[in-house]
Amino acid sequence: MPTFDRELSLTLGGEAGQGIQTIEYLLSHLLKTAGYHIYATKEYMSRVRGGSNSTTLRVGEKSIAAPCDRIDLLIPLDKAAITHVQNRISPKTLILGDKSRLGEDFPLIDVPLEKLAGQAGSGIMANTVAAALVCGLMELDAGLLNQFLSSYFAGKGAEIIRQNLAAAALGLEWGAKIARQEQIKIAIKPTPEVKNQILLNGAEAIALGAVAGGCNFVSAYPMSPSTGVFTTLAQNAEKFGLVVEQAEDEISAVNMALGAWYAGARALVPTSGGGFALMVEGISLAGMLETPLVISLGQRPGPATGLPTRTEQADLEFALYGGHGEFPRIILAPGNLQEAFLLTARAFDMADRFQTPVIILSDQYLVDAYYNTEKPDLASGEPENHFIKTRADYQRYQLTENGISPRGIPGFGEGLVCVDSDEHDEAAHITEDLDIRSRMVEKRLKKQELIKETALQPTLLGKAGSQNLIIAWGSTYQVVKEALEILSLKDTAFLHFSQLHPLPATTAGLLAKARQLVIIENNATSQFGKLLQLETGIKIENRILKYNGLPFTVEEITEHLKILWEGGLE
Amino acid sequence: MSNPYDMGAIDIAWCPGCGNYGILNMVKSSLSELEIKPEELIMVSGIGQAAKIPHYLKTNFFNGLHGRALPAATGIKAANPGLTVIAESGDGDMYGEGGNHFIHTLRRNPDITNLVHNNMVYGLTKGQASPTSQPGFKTPVQVEGVSEEPFNPLAVAIALDAPFVARIFMGDKEQSKEIIKQAIKHQGYALVDIFQPCVSFNKVNTYQWFKENTYYLEESYDPADRQAAFQRALESEKIPLGIFYRHESRPTFESTLSAYREDKTPLSRRKADFNKLEELLDSKK
Repeated sequence: MPTFDRELSLTLGGEAGQGIQTIEYLLSHLLKTAGYHIYATKEYMSRVRGGSNSTTLRVGEKSIAAPCDRIDLLIPLDKAAITHVQNRISPKTLILGDKSRLGEDFPLIDVPLEKLAGQAGSGIMANTVAAALVCGLMELDAGLLNQFLSSYFAGKGAEIIRQNLAAAALGLEWGAKIARQEQIKIAIKPTPEVKNQILLNGAEAIALGAVAGGCNFVSAYPMSPSTGVFTTLAQNAEKFGLVVEQAEDEISAVNMALGAWYAGARALVPTSGGGFALMVEGISLAGMLETPLVISLGQRPGPATGLPTRTEQADLEFALYGGHGEFPRIILAPGNLQEAFLLTARAFDMADRFQTPVIILSDQYLVDAYYNTEKPDLASGEPENHFIKTRADYQRYQLTENGISPRGIPGFGEGLVCVDSDEHDEAAHITEDLDIRSRMVEKRLKKQELIKETALQPTLLGKAGSQNLIIAWGSTYQVVKEALEILSLKDTAFLHFSQLHPLPATTAGLLAKARQLVIIENNATSQFGKLLQLETGIKIENRILKYNGLPFTVEEITEHLKILWEGGLE
Repeated sequence: MSNPYDMGAIDIAWCPGCGNYGILNMVKSSLSELEIKPEELIMVSGIGQAAKIPHYLKTNFFNGLHGRALPAATGIKAANPGLTVIAESGDGDMYGEGGNHFIHTLRRNPDITNLVHNNMVYGLTKGQASPTSQPGFKTPVQVEGVSEEPFNPLAVAIALDAPFVARIFMGDKEQSKEIIKQAIKHQGYALVDIFQPCVSFNKVNTYQWFKENTYYLEESYDPADRQAAFQRALESEKIPLGIFYRHESRPTFESTLSAYREDKTPLSRRKADFNKLEELLDSKK
């Protein structure tokens, strides 16, 4: 008798256009409302119709925030969906689906999804039937499902709602029937703390974090996987009084943002690696103008167009070195949704305070993953602008002790605010006085030291001074964390970085204490490992790298660490 | 010397006799005659000899990258619509490197004035062809003479329904200044293509050449007629000067932004609405 108590991993697959994303949205939001901890991640092909896509939902009694390989329940909407996830199927995996469509190659429990949808009004509602089937298996309250569907389809008219409710009723009925016949027991208990938590994905976390940081201007050119950040802000533009513009290209987007910051706005530019490539001259301009700038860079595999809908952590070096000349910059990489929100908000303050570009490195995995998390704390207060009211004798590039010249904005005060991309004097006039040049270079670089002093400390899980130390950055945080919870390794700690540049001064000390280091990165050349070596002189020999376009799973990390530290298990 | 935009005695990087001096003077007098306060004006430019103009005016300026003056100007205007924004640069900057931005700024229609010094040559890089160089024009790069069709900024602007499209010659001070003033006052994007001679690198399109090859649109000409405007913009035997096309029927970019529908406050003076943000976060529960 297959029993799932504590956690269920459910995978749904089908071609683009079959409504897999709708099921993901419906089930994740519905199950969260029902009080379950929920996590959803999708993988999809770069096409509008066809192909083979899947989404994995994990439903549990405890917080879940990482992808796993294991599939407890598979609902394929077409045959390709089974072969697509074949290496994740185990003898324990239950497959539920339309035998008439899927054939006899795999042992499966027959559910005539399309026929049931047809009975309700149209075969295209097979996805609604599938979602309801899961609810039926879980003995979920029908009222909750109906209420949810009614509001989800509210914009589509009464007939569509009626048909979907009918489809849901059939799905529920079949779910309950199958649970009885096959003796499937899903005994995961809802938890009260879920109710007060919020469910969102990384793109929303970044977008709303930007609002919390006082962002009021967004210019972008759409590009996967950063489009979600752009869309979320556009949809909330009216509510928050944001200026949102789709630029003709990324070059325009970044220059508009620089113009906006110059005039006193707080501008965000969401993009991906290919778009960032076009923005490089703008980054360098921000460095010279000392104009704040916030870029949200959602990484996907490159080079060039790469794998447009997949994930990778391979743009760190590009973010670090993109832009000619020498100037300070800040690179942040959130490890989970909380950090995605809070660090994005913080990015605006850092950009404004240090008058320099801040790049938030996320990736397709992080922006597309949904899970419930604590509502971010807004108690830290509303953002403060760091610009000043200018006096008549104002000089934008005044040489100061710490390198920061008070920033004025045009129209606020009596002074004139002048900025120039050429090397300039204190009044921003073009100069070829090479002595002034040296002093301006030093002034700009002085800020880097200040930024370093305020750098975010890495998060340490486990005991300081442990013999084994695992290092990771950005979106791999949760998966490593879960793997470690499973393994209980002896004398092992995990150090996660969410500020990659400049690194805090403590970094070398933290690394030097461990006898064995291992670094985990979603790229092929260990870009962060190289950066750590550059900064600390410590070379990390053990590297767990993945670069096929998919994020690490809990099982993969667990396996790798087991092999690496065999015998080190408690 | 009562012009508030006057910088006094400064070192100017243009060649003696350069057409840019005349344009600088016209712009300076236009601004002071319009009584625009220097602290409420932003001069935005790109790169090139013409792009140095903000340095010779006592006002706010944003001297950015080659070809990128228009996106920066759009961002400035959208962040604070109360400011007067002028994007001023050369033909290479606006029509060549910035060609894509030129097209899309016309589509967007921000309330900015776009003054383009058009001397039909690249001066700062010492004499290569520009997008507006005339066919047959010989340079160290175009050794057999320019073979490409010259870019026609006016025809493009009229095709994209830019609400103010004009061409002037810097040699005709009074007429030109009046047109610049009208362009600045116009609500919406205003293009003024300014003929100027480059005394160092363009030995063809000289003061004399512009005098002989231009004429003014007749007084009876109606700039509201778009088709006529387009036709006149295609004339090349003798080139017309004046306001080709103007209308006020297109809303400006800033006026279409929901951010300013009820609240005209510039973005710098706004606060993030944390109550609404709390509400939105709560809706994700």
